[in-house]
Amino acid sequence: MSFFKRLKESVSRTKESVTQKFKSGLEKTSASLVGAMDSVFSRSKIDEDLYEELEDILIGADVGVNTTMEIVDRLRAEVKERKLKNPEELKPLLSEILVEILKDGGSGMNLNPDGLTVILIVGVNGVGKTTTIGKLAHHYREEGKKVLLAAGDTFRAGAIEQLEIWGDRVGVDVVRHQAGSDPAAVIFDGIQAARARGVDILLCDTAGRLQNKVNLMEELKKVHRVIGREVPDAPHETLLVLDATTGQNAMQQAKIFDEATNLSGIVLTKMDGTAKGGIALAIRRELKVPVKWIGLGEKTDDLQPFDAEQFVHALFVEDIEKESKEE
Amino acid sequence: MAFEGLSERLQSALAKLRGKGKVSEADVKAAMREVRLALLEADVNYKVVKDFVSKVRERAVGQEVLKSLTPGQQVIKVVNEELTRLMGGTQSKLELSSKPAVIMMVGLQGAGKTTTTGKLGRYLKKQNKRPLLVAGDVYRPAAIRQLEVLGEQVDLPVFSLGDKESPVRIAEEGVAKAKEEGHDTVLVDTAGRLHIDGKMMEELKAIKDTVRPDEILLVVDAMTGQDAVNVAESFNRELGLTGVVLTKLDGDTRGGAALSVKSVTDCPVKFVGMGEKVDALEPFHPERMASRILGMGDVLTLIEKA
Ligand SMILES: Nc1nc2c(ncn2[C@@H]2O[C@H](COP(=O)(O)OP(=O)(O)OP(=O)(O)O)[C@@H](O)[C@H]2O)c(=O)[nH]1
Ligand SMILES: Nc1nc2c(ncn2[C@@H]2O[C@H](COP(=O)(O)OP(=O)(O)OP(=O)(O)O)[C@@H](O)[C@H]2O)c(=O)[nH]1
Ligand SMILES: [Mg+2]
Ligand SMILES: [Mg+2]
Repeated sequence: MSFFKRLKESVSRTKESVTQKFKSGLEKTSASLVGAMDSVFSRSKIDEDLYEELEDILIGADVGVNTTMEIVDRLRAEVKERKLKNPEELKPLLSEILVEILKDGGSGMNLNPDGLTVILIVGVNGVGKTTTIGKLAHHYREEGKKVLLAAGDTFRAGAIEQLEIWGDRVGVDVVRHQAGSDPAAVIFDGIQAARARGVDILLCDTAGRLQNKVNLMEELKKVHRVIGREVPDAPHETLLVLDATTGQNAMQQAKIFDEATNLSGIVLTKMDGTAKGGIALAIRRELKVPVKWIGLGEKTDDLQPFDAEQFVHALFVEDIEKESKEE
Repeated sequence: MAFEGLSERLQSALAKLRGKGKVSEADVKAAMREVRLALLEADVNYKVVKDFVSKVRERAVGQEVLKSLTPGQQVIKVVNEELTRLMGGTQSKLELSSKPAVIMMVGLQGAGKTTTTGKLGRYLKKQNKRPLLVAGDVYRPAAIRQLEVLGEQVDLPVFSLGDKESPVRIAEEGVAKAKEEGHDTVLVDTAGRLHIDGKMMEELKAIKDTVRPDEILLVVDAMTGQDAVNVAESFNRELGLTGVVLTKLDGDTRGGAALSVKSVTDCPVKFVGMGEKVDALEPFHPERMASRILGMGDVLTLIEKA
């Protein structure tokens, strides 16, 4: 059975609305990525030129040189093993390799079943941390959980007010101090308030910081330490927010934020654009940090739990539909 | 420092040529393969890389280079020249002739438009201008508040009509207000948007048609990957950009976006953002940047000595 068929079956097991969300959110990415591959797979034979053209496309999707080489090497090996001759057959094969890389390990959220769950959100400037917190708050509220936000970005102009507007929008409280105050103190207060109010999930915002700023990374470590000291096993999740438009620097971001705060997952935002977020593949392969959520827009419900099969299905959806019609 | 990673990789790719008394075509080819990888790893768009490498190769294997007394150095010189050209050749300044002159800031979400609006206001104020900042983002939560705080920090007035009016009307009334109060420059902040969002791009066109800006600056995050060229091309096609501001160059990005955007839009990088604070904005100098990337301080002296 072609891997396309398996993908189709597998996604049909989840809610149609989820599949739809992935499909429409990733429409542009799919069109530009898989669209570009059409010329590769409609070549007359599988040869070096074909592999080279495919390499260019993967590099063009920010997959990075090393991971691209690995993917293409795996394709070569499989082609030999399965004695494939027709370039068309490479497409499902490629989708299979992508799912394998992205799926490696789990990707669910680690929530504390009996008590407070603390989620720390980190990342460089402007990637979508505060927005993601608003969306996550909405998601967990919909699940009937009691949610609280802590305004740990006391630096950027208007950051506290931005989080407060999100709090209003989704109907959850925000713990805040004044602009310029110590972020660790805000988070500390957030934890005390969460305890006092019997909150299930505390979402902690932090200021954007570039990973090469040593002082700012120390400040973040302090926030992380305070959380760990106040709540056993916390933070239960430390999520790095990555802008899908980011290139190879994202690898550096993941590495250094991981060293500072021991990341448990990634939120890949702005996947509703034309960027392909290929760097997530490289991070998954080299650092083993899984993507847990993807951001598909600026609205409250534009966040989806990441699902490797849904993701790859949405990318290749046209070909998958075509194949199933032909059968 | 930004570009550092690229700089190291390029310099090591070219190091093998540097001391050589004789350079063959094969040597150049081998070095160019390394240069290609260095540029790709730095997020330079793959099409730009292809053109760049073939241009350098063509020039480098030319007789006058390989037959010269210091062929290795000459190849490096070619790389330097092409790199400078890729980044725009010479410094490009703002063209502010209207009274008042209008600058419109555009770009993707989170690129740094609002921050740069504050920074640029401060920069122009230092040049004895009297800027007015206009809060044209009615969508992002607290975007107006953010600009107001920045306005306080740089001690400049901010014009706003709240978030219930259309950005077109806000821009128009902002310019009218500037005229009335004798401001010579107007900086219009706009909401972040995707280049493929037709409706939102129409809004920018409407603002443009209404206030006829002297400058439309695309703000680009220097960490952007391969998509930078698509973004820049789209904004340019829809609006006709006059320049680019690259932000977050205080990071350790290899900065490929900087090398790609100019070549696909033919729009010069006019400023770079070097930090979050309002004083962290600098005019962009392509020659200096190219020399820095190649560590040319010493290379140029070597060429001169030879
Ligand atoms: N299109 C799109 N825009 C997004 C997405 N997520 C966030 N944004 C936008 O990106 C911009 C930056 O988002 P923020 O949430 O302020 O980012 P941040 O990481 O908190 O920024 P700093 O706190 O300044 O570091 C805003 O305009 C958001 O609306 C997404 O998934 N898709
Ligand atoms: N380190 C650094 N951070 C910057 C620079 N320019 C902007 N930032 C930060 O990047 C983040 C986003 O900046 P904004 O000015 O809010 O970006 P924007 O383009 O207005 O965002 P939207 O309005 O949401 O589209 C903020 O955290 C800024 O402090 C820079 O040159 N260096
Ligand atoms: Mg934020
Ligand atoms: Mg803004």
